[in-house]
This record gives sequence, C-alpha cells and structure tokens, in this order.
Amino acid sequence: MLENDRIPKLCLQIAAWGCAALTFGVLAFMAWLSIPVLKASNTVQILTQPWLPNQGQFGIGPMILGSLYISVLSLIIAGPVSFGGAIFIRITRPGIAGKIFQHLVEAMTAVPTVVYGFIGVFLIVPFIRETFLQGSGMCILSASIMLALVIAPTMILIFSQSISNVPREYTIAAEAMGATPAQTFFMIILPYAWKGILTGLILGFGRAVGDTLIALMISGNAIAFPGHILDSARTLTAHIALVTAADFDSMEFKTLFVCALTLYLLTCLGVFSARVIGKRQRSS
Amino acid sequence: MKFVFNTTKHLAWLMACCFILVSSSPADGINTFTGEKGTLRISGGTAHIPVMKIAAQNVMGAHPDIQITIAGGGSGAGIKQVGEGLVQIGNSGRKASDAEIQKYGLSLYKWAIDGVGTVVHPENPVKALTSEQLQDIFAGRIDNWKALGGPDRAITVYTRDASSGTRSVFWKKALAKGAISPKAQFVASNGAMKTAVAKNPYAIGYMSVGYIDPSVAPISLDGVVPDLETVKSGKYKVSRGLYSNTKGPVTGLAEKFINYLLSPEGQKIVAKKGFVPVH
Repeated sequence: MLENDRIPKLCLQIAAWGCAALTFGVLAFMAWLSIPVLKASNTVQILTQPWLPNQGQFGIGPMILGSLYISVLSLIIAGPVSFGGAIFIRITRPGIAGKIFQHLVEAMTAVPTVVYGFIGVFLIVPFIRETFLQGSGMCILSASIMLALVIAPTMILIFSQSISNVPREYTIAAEAMGATPAQTFFMIILPYAWKGILTGLILGFGRAVGDTLIALMISGNAIAFPGHILDSARTLTAHIALVTAADFDSMEFKTLFVCALTLYLLTCLGVFSARVIGKRQRSS
Repeated sequence: MKFVFNTTKHLAWLMACCFILVSSSPADGINTFTGEKGTLRISGGTAHIPVMKIAAQNVMGAHPDIQITIAGGGSGAGIKQVGEGLVQIGNSGRKASDAEIQKYGLSLYKWAIDGVGTVVHPENPVKALTSEQLQDIFAGRIDNWKALGGPDRAITVYTRDASSGTRSVFWKKALAKGAISPKAQFVASNGAMKTAVAKNPYAIGYMSVGYIDPSVAPISLDGVVPDLETVKSGKYKVSRGLYSNTKGPVTGLAEKFINYLLSPEGQKIVAKKGFVPVH
C-alpha cells in the first residue's frame, strides 16, 4: 500500500512546487524585462516624467498615483460600510435578517466587475457630473465608489468571520459582569478581532489595486497627474490594458513590464502584510 | 530626395491596389462556404465590428460547422495578433505601416471606406467647428463651451489609445498632427466612445462615421458634415480604408470570408452599416 501512495504524493508535490515556481517565474520574468528599461531611462525619470510616447517620455508616475488614489479612496469608502455590515450580521441582527444579508453579500462577491463598471457608467458618472458641475463625471471619485462596492463583500465576510472568532466565553463573561453591548463590543470584541479586520482591509486593498475594468470604464484614463478627486486618472491596470496593443519592440510596450512589476510588488506587499498579521493573530 | 520618397509611396499604393485586385476574385456569396468547417478567429479594429458581426452571423447561420469569433482591441492589436498567428484575420482602421507589413509579411485587403467624424452630445448647441477650433479644443487651448457659443461648462475631450486606427487617422487628418491635451480622457473602442459622448452633454470625441447614430450629433468640420455621402464623394477629408490583414497570402476559411465581404452581398452589408463600399 505504501508503495502505491508514493505516486499520487509525488504528483501533488510536483503540482505544488510547479505553482510556486510559476509565481516566482513570473516575477523573475518581469524583473528581467524591466531592467533594460530602468537602465535606459533612469528610475527617477520613469516615476516623474509624464506619459508622452510620441515625445519619448514614458513616465508611469501618474498611473502609480492613480492606482493608489483610487484604491485608497475606495478603501476609505468601503471600510466603514463593511465594518457596519459585519456588525449587522454578527452582533445586532444575528438571526434571520443577518443570515439573509450574509447570503446576499456572498452572492455579491460573485458579480463580475464589468457589471459594476457598466452600471457605473450609466448611474454614478452622470450623478457625479451633475452634482459637482465639474469635469465629465469620469473621475477618481466615481471609480472609487464603484470599486468600494466591488471590494466591500469580501471585506464584510472577512470582518464577520473575525468577529465570530471571538470566543463565546469572553462575551458571556463580559455580559455577566454587567457590560453594555457597546462596552462588550469596544472592550472585548474589537481588541480581539482587530487583526482579522486589518487582514480584511489589506485584502480589500489588494483587490482594489488589481481591478482593471472599473477604472478602465469609469475613471476616464487621462494621462495627466491627478490632483483632485474629481480629476480623471489612469490606473496601472487600465494603463496596461490600453497600451498592450502597442508594438512589441516599442519602448511603450517595454515600460509595461515596469508597470506590471510595480503592480506585482504592490499586491505582494498587501498579501505578505496580511500573512504576517494573520500569523501574529494566531499566536496571540 | 523628394522624388525618391514619392516613388516609394506610389509603389506602396500600387502594392495595396494589387492586393485588392487579388482578393476580388469572382467567387461570390454565402455558397462558397459549402463543405467548410472549423474556426475563424478575427480581432482588431473596432470600426469593423458591426459589418464583421453581420457577415459572421450570415455565414454561421447557413453553415453551422463554421465558428467565427470576433474580438476588438484596436488596429494595433489586430495587426500584432495576426502577425503572431493568434488570429487568422487582424482588422485595422488604418493601412498597416511598411515596417509592420515587412515584419509580419502581411497581406492587406481593403473592403470599405470610412470617415472619422467629430461628435458631441445631441443637446449641445455647437454643431459646426473650423479645423483650427477643433485643434484648439483637442490641445486644451479652448476648454469651455462658452467660447464656442455653448453653455458655461468645461469641455470633456475623449480620445482613443495610441493603437487605435481611428485615432491615428483623426490625428493626422483632422488635428494636423497637433497635440492632444493630457487631460483628455481615454476610451477603448468606437462603441465605448459612443457611450461616453452620448452620456455626457459636455463631451467631444471622434468616431467611425459608421457608428454615428441619433444618440450623438456629428460636428460639421469646415462646413462639411461627416456622413456617408460626403465621405463617398471625398468632400469630407478625414477618411480611411477599413482593412482586413492576414499573415502571408490569405487561405482557407479566411480567404472565403474576405471574398464574402468583397462580394456584392458583403458590400451590401458594408453600405447598410454606414460605410462606403469599395465596389
């Protein structure tokens, strides 16, 4: 029997190592292709120059800023909402209403982002344009609102999971000592679940940085440095989607590898911090 | 020196004409597909899509063994993907550059002529512009509709990404290779341009004349309205050919499909969708 076990085990091992190697392979591939670009035009230029391919300037700074602005703002919008949603599910309405809401949220995670993008074009964009009477409505704010809707379900589920991880004995003990629900929440649940909440925020951020279609469809994709939430901006992902059609040998195309590398590192940073925090939570 | 340049240009034209002649062999209509099966992958220029879709539906309807997929991506993507063998037909709304033709060994087949018209929202009172005004708007030197007799609102300029054939033709012939403001917003296809302009009363953009419908209003440029008639007569100058490109000489299903586009039946679809037929 043991002899027979060896083959499936080997297969699984090869699969696992293969996946890991692929992930690192992609990183190495992008780094390797980025080096000539970073060497040819020094790194500072790539960050500070504007994107004017006809004039030989290939700065991706506006796109990095665009990505950061849109994802941070969407996190600011989605964070409190998700927090409230999780409290609704686990604490204030743990019964039927909470269950229904939870299933609704679970269903929402499966909606493709292009659907949100499409809705955004028809609802949010005209609304923002007519509310602020400035610009086209295709701006950082519109994209962030829509993106918040995309990342909120994942965050709600992670938050509610980490709230439910708080041992029952703790809350029962607090209640037995006469703590009000608010006191129990702030003194017992929040300190215990805090790291799980942070993990949710980081994963939400990762998802926001990585999303392509919302920004491509709603944020306007202008190449100027964004300076206002009503300015149009281009994210790294939208930039890659828009420029991939350029010639393989052109400098435009080559700088895409720097974009991809930046994106990869940004998401890695998110995932690794989530891991570190998660580990600490388990050991505490 | 100038003479030499002209000769190469003429040669290129001659070559293009040869390609078109080769492709217009008399095999006509949908029946030529009888007995064919397999998949035909098409991608590239978004101006081509309305015609391609109808043609593909007709072929697939009559011959269920044939699968035709049509993707967008822009002219640059079309040329690149066909050159790398990812698709059998790569569409472009501009003539492939000499470098591209050489690098990939492309064959070009032009099956329609199309204008690139400037469009605004139907409610916009501005309906006519001079070339100079248009260039000022796109460069960002005129940034409010008030300066042109419209409402006191900022102009939103929509443009396409650099791989767009529609953009390259508009930039060359309407903007005289002038600057496009960094504040201009980017959309990824002719369809997306129509949605963007139709939904924003303060927008200006440009798109294939075949895409212009009542949801957007064409702007007459130097007194000429971009439509089927003015493009056909050559009065409206911002026009281009719609090309389907193949790697090497066209063969198999792709050949039959391109012949179908060039047949009287195919050219009827071209005219019906708002483009100028080549025959």
